[in-house]
Amino acid sequence: MDKYLVSPNPHIHAAVSTQSLMRDVIIALLPAVLVSILFYGWSEILVLAVSVASCVLLEYAITRWMLKTPSTIGDLSAVVTGLLLAMNLPSTTPWWVVLVGAIVAIGVAKMTFGGIGQNVFNPAITARVFLLISFPTYMTDWTIPQGFIHANDAVSGATLLGMVSEGGLGSIADVSYLRTLFLNIGGSAGEISAIALLIGFAYLVIRRVIKPWITLSIFATVIVISGIFCLADPSQFTDPVFNLLTGGIILGACFMATDYVTSPMSDLGGVIYGIGIGVIVMMIRYFGSYPEGMSFAILLMNMTVPLLNNWFHSKKFGRA
Amino acid sequence: MSNSKVTFRIGGVHPNDSKLARNCAIEVLPLPQTVYISMAQHLGAPAKPVVAVGDQVKVGQVIAEPGGFISAFVHSSVSGTVKSIAPRKDIAGNMVPHIEIAVEGDEWAEGIDLSDTLVTAIPSDRAAVLEKIKACGVVGLGGATFPTHVKLNPAPGSKAECLILNGAECEPYLTSDFRILLERTKEIVVGAAIMQMVLGGCRCVIGIEEIKPEAIEAMTAAVAELGYKDIEVLSLKKRYPQGGEKQLIDAVMRRQVKSGGLPISVGAVVQNVATSLAVYEAVQKNKPLITNTMTITGDCLPVERQHNYLFRIGMPLSYIAEYAGGIPEAAAKLISGGPMMGRAIANLDATTVKGSSSILYLSEAATKRKPESACIRCGRCADACPMGLEPFLLNRLYKAGDIEGLEAGSAQDCIACGCCLYSCPANIPLLDNVNQAKGQVMGVIRARAAAAKAAAEAAKAAENK
Repeated sequence: MDKYLVSPNPHIHAAVSTQSLMRDVIIALLPAVLVSILFYGWSEILVLAVSVASCVLLEYAITRWMLKTPSTIGDLSAVVTGLLLAMNLPSTTPWWVVLVGAIVAIGVAKMTFGGIGQNVFNPAITARVFLLISFPTYMTDWTIPQGFIHANDAVSGATLLGMVSEGGLGSIADVSYLRTLFLNIGGSAGEISAIALLIGFAYLVIRRVIKPWITLSIFATVIVISGIFCLADPSQFTDPVFNLLTGGIILGACFMATDYVTSPMSDLGGVIYGIGIGVIVMMIRYFGSYPEGMSFAILLMNMTVPLLNNWFHSKKFGRA
Repeated sequence: MSNSKVTFRIGGVHPNDSKLARNCAIEVLPLPQTVYISMAQHLGAPAKPVVAVGDQVKVGQVIAEPGGFISAFVHSSVSGTVKSIAPRKDIAGNMVPHIEIAVEGDEWAEGIDLSDTLVTAIPSDRAAVLEKIKACGVVGLGGATFPTHVKLNPAPGSKAECLILNGAECEPYLTSDFRILLERTKEIVVGAAIMQMVLGGCRCVIGIEEIKPEAIEAMTAAVAELGYKDIEVLSLKKRYPQGGEKQLIDAVMRRQVKSGGLPISVGAVVQNVATSLAVYEAVQKNKPLITNTMTITGDCLPVERQHNYLFRIGMPLSYIAEYAGGIPEAAAKLISGGPMMGRAIANLDATTVKGSSSILYLSEAATKRKPESACIRCGRCADACPMGLEPFLLNRLYKAGDIEGLEAGSAQDCIACGCCLYSCPANIPLLDNVNQAKGQVMGVIRARAAAAKAAAEAAKAAENK
């Protein structure tokens, strides 16, 4: 009898692991990654490669040589962070700026707090905000490089939100929404195609990797707030569709705000977290000095997660 | 039959049902040379032996009587000579008193009806029927082995509105309930009608999962043919742990038993279909609970070696495994019960008890726990918990030794279904730790109750002075 295992129930396990969940997130990001490579070409490939490689290598180096613990790169979470960081940068970002971003994401935001599961702030967003404040020139250089598909005659330009911020609503009068839905040239790589991002989001929801509530509550809040302001004064405030489709709201709402570690555990907590992000992002856009603000909104709401987890719990059986 | 497929409202998981032995008809196991009958086959106090070494016993003869209010009679499952009355290891390796009987022939005690004739007339003397159920040692066969006569006799003031017959068999691999639903259909319905009468004429719902359409069909036909009042078959959506008592009540009646409460508090009495069969045999055939059905199955057992057996209590598991062709080469874990809630067998020389339901052989690939990694706060454990608990939180509180926090987090409500650990991507031993936590919290709750009782008595004594 000695050769047989003896341990408590359950004796079987679902086919799910941290690695399988992260692999699903990577698969969900692929459509947006492919579109960005097609339109931004070699420079985007360089940003992606540097970002992913340095995130993975840094995590390996920190776990093995600094912490002297088993490496955790097998769970693929560093790959996800690397991809998300790259999607949050302009394709023209110099490689060494990407590397600094990776050091902040993995070294500071993730491993300092104790690695996967312990970080308070979303690593990729922390890195993006760090770079935005430290290297504003590189981070707002929206030069459009030569892609594999030649999409537009423009060679440079501000983002649509940047144009509104600088020149008012008149400067985007001739922009069609169809363009922003499919191809939003000019911006971070991850802002390029709302459709590609939404396909990835649908994949994650269908595979039950994430629940849709956080994302939907962000969308709803953005629509409601911009709807009210736009109705009140259409000459000064951008409309809901424009706000949804620009400035990383979709990337942030689908892939960054839904990060397991830095979002609330309960559904109700998640909805409140999403509403908070929506309110903050619209306040920054309408009244702040930054043109977009999704990163700041998510980081600020990351700080409320421990409180939300304390306040909102699952509904227990037989304890109404 | 109702077409609306219902299920419980909180949590649950969908393991692959792996009912590999579903097409294996029930076979009768031959008698071994010796049986060892446990005195602790039911919830509550162990039974007290009433035979002595050297006594001759017949099949169905009482060999032990209840050791308390929550306890049950135990009968000999064979005829022969009592060889010893001594402690022996159960499947977990704990020492439990057993009566060893050397088998000689197969001579049954007087008055037991061994014919196949279906007896459909329902007796009307409630007390006599309860007494018969008690005398025949019937206990709940859904896992808890709670004495059935106690459950069927709710405290004065509480009224049963619905008898729920549990045919969910939501554990993967197990098929014994499915087989008796097909092969002993009418007996089960008569058993239900008897229990309905005992409970004062409440309605009865037989819950079966939708993935067993043959069983639903057979049951529906039998209910219609026998024509008892207020019995219906209900198709349930496949979901684990559908057969959990509180979950099944929620699914069928849309009522949640309060934490710490009994099913009767919401008007429900739940009995397993195998218990219904045992009630039929006890009341209509005068046959004590000495046999039950078990499944020999597993992912590493070829289909032609899978079986459903009618066994007698006291048969060594090693004897049954041997008869069924031996332990498969690839088996890494032997389990008594299902893969979600069953117990690992540490001792194959242990014997079958009233509630035995299987020998399950799982391969290393299917069963070996993977190394634990960091919690990624995905919340899958909380989504899966059918009691609405937050295992990730209870796990942290347990490690921090925060008993107050554990009680506030309702660790004591855990039903040990295993959904949390089953669905954890980081393989954190959530249930292991929540189980420990539950033990600690229950200890505190009991101590508090005892202290309150002592204080009340002291106050009363002071008043009387």
